[in-house]
Amino acid sequence: MDLHEVQAQLTGWLNEATSAFQKVPGSAVLIRYVRSSYQNDPVRSAIELVLVIFFIRYLLAPSYSTSKQNFIKLTEDEIDELVEEWTPEPLVAPHTALEEAEMERLPVLVGPTGPKSKLANGRTVTNLASYNFYNLNANEQIKEKAIQTLRTYGVGPCGPPQFYGTQDVHMKTEADIATFLGTEGCIVYAQAFSTISSVIPSFCKRGDIIVADRAVNYSIRRGLEVSRSNVKWYNHGDMEDLERVVRKVAEEQAKKKQLTRRFIVTEALFETIGDCTNLPKLVELKEKYKFRIILDETWSFGVLGRTGRGLTEAQNVDPVQVDMIVGSLAGPLCAGGGFCAGEKAVVEHQRLTAASYTFSAALPAMLAMTASESLNVLQSNPEILTQCRENIRLMRAQLDPRSDWVICTSAPENPIMLLVLKPDVINARRLTIDDQERLLQECVDESLANGVLITRFKGIPITTNTGLKDGNYTVQPALKVCLTSGLSKKDVEKAGVTIRHAITKVMTKKTNNKLGLPAA
Amino acid sequence: MPNSERVGERRPSQSKGNRLAQFFSSSPKSKEMSAQQTLQAAQSQKQGISPATIPLPTISLSTVTAGEPNSDEPPTTLFQPPSADEAKRRQRAEAQFGPLLSPRHLYVSAHQGKPLETPIEDEPPYYFVLTTYLSYLILIFFGHARDFFGKRFGDKKHYNSLKANNGYAPLNDDFDNFYVRRLKMRIDDCFARPTTGVPGRFINLIDRKSDDFNRTYKYTGTITETLNMSSYNYLGFAQSEGPCADAVEETVRKYGLTSCSPRADAGTSDLALEVEKEIAQFVGKPAAMVFSMGFVTNAGSFPALVSKGSLILSDELNHASIRIGARLSGAVIRSFKHNDMEDLEKKLREAIAQGQPRTHRPWKKILVAVEGLYSMEGTMVDLPGVIALKKKYKFFLYVDEAHSIGALGPKGRGVCDYFGVDPAEADILMGTLTKSFGANGGYIAAEKHIIDKLKATNAATLLGESPAPSVLMQILSSLRIITGELAPGQGEERLQRIAFNSRYLRLGLKRLGFIVSGHDDSPIIPIMLYHPAKISAFSHEMLKRKISVVVVGYPATPLISSRARFCISSAHNKEDMDRLLAACDEVGDILQIKYSTGIAGGAEPLPKGVSPEMEKEWRKANGLEGVVKPPRWKLEDVISAGEEDVKYALR
Repeated sequence: MDLHEVQAQLTGWLNEATSAFQKVPGSAVLIRYVRSSYQNDPVRSAIELVLVIFFIRYLLAPSYSTSKQNFIKLTEDEIDELVEEWTPEPLVAPHTALEEAEMERLPVLVGPTGPKSKLANGRTVTNLASYNFYNLNANEQIKEKAIQTLRTYGVGPCGPPQFYGTQDVHMKTEADIATFLGTEGCIVYAQAFSTISSVIPSFCKRGDIIVADRAVNYSIRRGLEVSRSNVKWYNHGDMEDLERVVRKVAEEQAKKKQLTRRFIVTEALFETIGDCTNLPKLVELKEKYKFRIILDETWSFGVLGRTGRGLTEAQNVDPVQVDMIVGSLAGPLCAGGGFCAGEKAVVEHQRLTAASYTFSAALPAMLAMTASESLNVLQSNPEILTQCRENIRLMRAQLDPRSDWVICTSAPENPIMLLVLKPDVINARRLTIDDQERLLQECVDESLANGVLITRFKGIPITTNTGLKDGNYTVQPALKVCLTSGLSKKDVEKAGVTIRHAITKVMTKKTNNKLGLPAA
Repeated sequence: MPNSERVGERRPSQSKGNRLAQFFSSSPKSKEMSAQQTLQAAQSQKQGISPATIPLPTISLSTVTAGEPNSDEPPTTLFQPPSADEAKRRQRAEAQFGPLLSPRHLYVSAHQGKPLETPIEDEPPYYFVLTTYLSYLILIFFGHARDFFGKRFGDKKHYNSLKANNGYAPLNDDFDNFYVRRLKMRIDDCFARPTTGVPGRFINLIDRKSDDFNRTYKYTGTITETLNMSSYNYLGFAQSEGPCADAVEETVRKYGLTSCSPRADAGTSDLALEVEKEIAQFVGKPAAMVFSMGFVTNAGSFPALVSKGSLILSDELNHASIRIGARLSGAVIRSFKHNDMEDLEKKLREAIAQGQPRTHRPWKKILVAVEGLYSMEGTMVDLPGVIALKKKYKFFLYVDEAHSIGALGPKGRGVCDYFGVDPAEADILMGTLTKSFGANGGYIAAEKHIIDKLKATNAATLLGESPAPSVLMQILSSLRIITGELAPGQGEERLQRIAFNSRYLRLGLKRLGFIVSGHDDSPIIPIMLYHPAKISAFSHEMLKRKISVVVVGYPATPLISSRARFCISSAHNKEDMDRLLAACDEVGDILQIKYSTGIAGGAEPLPKGVSPEMEKEWRKANGLEGVVKPPRWKLEDVISAGEEDVKYALR
């Protein structure tokens, strides 16, 4: 191509660009301005041009620094060599002895879960390991309803609630729970375990303050972690300590003239310890220092109170005073899923912001219907709660005061009895957490050998979770005995004796000193 | 357009009263057969899924129109019209699972040799992009103006939750909440539409209306039966009749409703172990474990696999559950461009070369997390590409098959099956049981020692509830149908129907002129809408034509690429696809959403005698190189040509 051709081409382009520019509204003004300023002061035009270029560059630059600190430039060969050399650790660590022992002895149930369950090895044992407190799992009326639901809705709703996964059954269940509890609204999640882990981060954001009990369960911890809020802890069950912490927060914020959302997160019945929260005091503090309460009623809904409405009923607190009540439909109600009840605004907010609600499929209609039906059963025969409590009393009498080795940390109405080794036993034998776990696993094995299925509380995920600042908490190993109204008085007493003897046998075994533990 | 009118009118809205009322009537079915007998009975019937495959002259039962030429079936003159009960039963069954109209409507989903190509992304004319931004600007401006005045003069009860009240900070951040209050609220009636009954081929919407701009809804008490393009019912197992439902009913009678205990305590039943064994076998891994929720499967497994000192490289479009799981694990998280193997390699090289931040210690392990099928894009992971990188860079691979399991592959076994990759190449195969299996929950499949360790350390196993027996049975029976153990032939038909439907609809939409994203065999078919106003308009127009679709906008997608998403199911047949195409054709014209420029497919057919291989030469010879015509086919042509063209590479 010749030079003049190039020139002609360039001129053509220039003309095109000029005419296009002139078509832009306001271009004439700009040209006039530049022309006049150039005539008057060419230096000024140059400076302005530089400014414009700088401005454009500034706009296009990313808002954060891209120069990586500590970045070492390597040649491709060096990188290849490093890639060649790099050997990753295995994806999972090898099994520990305890895990292996546990895996080996994991009970496998054949057939239905009930007060007496059949195991895979053919034996029928007294089942004190399931949350089947009222034996609703065997209720024919509930089964019939579930089957009818199956024949109308199929099994899965095949979609998240926001996209055609909300069925009228879910709406009915939500309304039933709200009416039962006496709250304005309620939202049903597809799994109880992950409910509170989503409820907390949907309200608590970065910068908000959460005051939590030190002994809260794993799901709450996960929620606290995901929320990225500023978490402060108070000693378990210590209302004075709680007051100290919330007062400090309130004073600090008042001083700084800053108001963030503030929450108190606690459990009604603690999963890790089994004891009960003092709700009236909590509500008093909340009102005084302007906190909101997120109360995890996973283990108390369907358990505490005359008709099983939970802690609010048991301690005569108006449920409206608790901002968010989170509970489970999978435990005593023998259905599936979890819920969060509260004001209507609170509930609707979660429908869009709670991760495990929006990003997960809805609860199967059958299970939602079962939850409604179970509530119905609880409401119409509150005597099954009394029966269960009677059984708890009987079992307690067999274990707590009579055993030399263990004490029960659970509240008297809690059908999940957590038995921990007495402090003087631990001190005298200098037992570590691992030792206790092993001893208790032996107790579980021994009592299963005698026909009573109990289990241990599995606190490892909580103990090993270090994602929360200052939130480390060591769960004391405990035996878990779950009572049910489906057993007769005689059966309960017999099972209690078996468990007590099993514990005594393990604890008095000669080999069971600190070091010499028999191999599995 | 006579065809579409006919299609549109076919299903009038019908009031069925409250389905819940049915519960107070007697049990719908008295069952005396045991589960085993039921399974055997189903096994002995070696037939297709739907009764309509029995050669009968098709008569107009609610959904099937007469007159579709069905040349494969010999004409029969002896014909007894079915009794009213029988007709009703069949109508009900067909509303859940449509009859296959012709054996030609089948296709085997499998990857065809060549490396996976990234789908070409088509872009609309700039005018539409600009007006989309403008729409958002107007919406945001009006939103702020209304907030400004509303907070001062408006109804107190609507604004209370935004203001500090009685010493409490507002529950919602004004800013965070703005999008929901001012943008989503306007189109809120397109979301969370309540349904009733089985989400099968058709879905029953409970009609509602709002007098206060979607703040509250009133239920009119009527029900509309719509074509279901919204549920993740890939293989059509959302059914209240048939072998699965029978087996589930039996299980409820035998096992009750739940197992009332975490897996690690007393929640492990023989049923759970059997399901785990079957799933492991199905996906081709030595061991598997099941969870009661798909979300938690992801959210709980990452912390059990990686921790501080490890690196997670995650596709930028991965699902929220993966992101939350990754965040909880404590590992460093970096993302790479969606399905971009070059970017992944670059990130890997950099990570290995630089080591951990600040200390430069080598990473303990690197876990790459990808999804098999991306639910908003309809794209598939380039699995062969990832595996090639894995061999070189020794990372661990986590494949989330939430959408791909069941929906892809000649045997329905997910992306590995689709690409013909040995499942042993991926370390962890995760999937959900909610979608293809019509149940609930999720699974993880891997080597036995990994699963054993996960079972011992995963919090969801130790503390969370175990899956309900009824759900487990649904998984087991649907799995056995897919593998052909139960009701032989059915599983294969289901797999091939979804593959045909997906390709047929995708091709049809491209030819009509829509911008369709994703890979050809994917059963998730998003079409682009762009304008925020078109999100609700499209949903409403489709609802008028009795089709329920999912529409998504920001923040689930980038700001401008709002889209409608069709989820294909084996329960649909070609007639349903044609009905949808007809509706889309009309609505596309009304809303001006036929944006396609033709670069992403939908081209005119080649003249006779020119094969696809010869296309390049033919174009050269006719001076058509680089000429792309925007496809705007006529509906009739789309329908008549589609059935045949689906069998070849889509163009």
